[in-house]
Amino acid sequence: MNEIIELVTIGCMIVITISITLLLYRVVIGPTNPDRAVALDAIGINLMGMAGLVAIMLVTTRLNDVILLIGILLFIGTIALAKYLEKGVIIDRDDD
Amino acid sequence: MTGTTIEFIMQIIIILFLVLGTFFVLSASIGVIRFPDVYTRLHASTKAATLGISGIMIGAFIFLYVEHEIVSGKLILGIIFILLTAPVSAHMIGRAAHTTGIKPWSHDGNTRDAYADSFKDE
Repeated sequence: MNEIIELVTIGCMIVITISITLLLYRVVIGPTNPDRAVALDAIGINLMGMAGLVAIMLVTTRLNDVILLIGILLFIGTIALAKYLEKGVIIDRDDD
Repeated sequence: MTGTTIEFIMQIIIILFLVLGTFFVLSASIGVIRFPDVYTRLHASTKAATLGISGIMIGAFIFLYVEHEIVSGKLILGIIFILLTAPVSAHMIGRAAHTTGIKPWSHDGNTRDAYADSFKDE
């Protein structure tokens, strides 16, 4: 009976690969820079889903740390990218 | 006999969660491709991808619990983290886009931009 879940997992991985390819198209051609930021954010979320599916297929819990770490780095990266787009600097010092 | 029936039902539930989550993730990507504007793309990406990742994580949680009796709290923590951080990053990107001067899309060219008007009044 586990073969069904494995087949469904492989199918979901193929669909998520197609989704990442579509987002890469938007990253390359995106008309403005915030478009690219949105697409990169969505790519990170797709990577989290892909890590979850790999954890199902390999029947392990060691990838759960990877999922959390991708989420945290994605959040920090998106915030830094948005601050760079808005102000031109990421770490601004007030005492200068 | 009853054990196998319950196993079968749980597998159906796992497959349902996985397929639903993958569908929402794919629809988020199609929305990012098809929508005409940064702000509408933010709607598609943030909301649909959050729902999709919740489905996949809940599917993985139930799978690990049913098959190997592992309760993995980190997957639930991942769902909570995505639910907390995705709106914040979407808000930051949207504000950066508005500050850099990207106009909201409109089909006839005279949609009112209330956020820019609030700056104008001050």
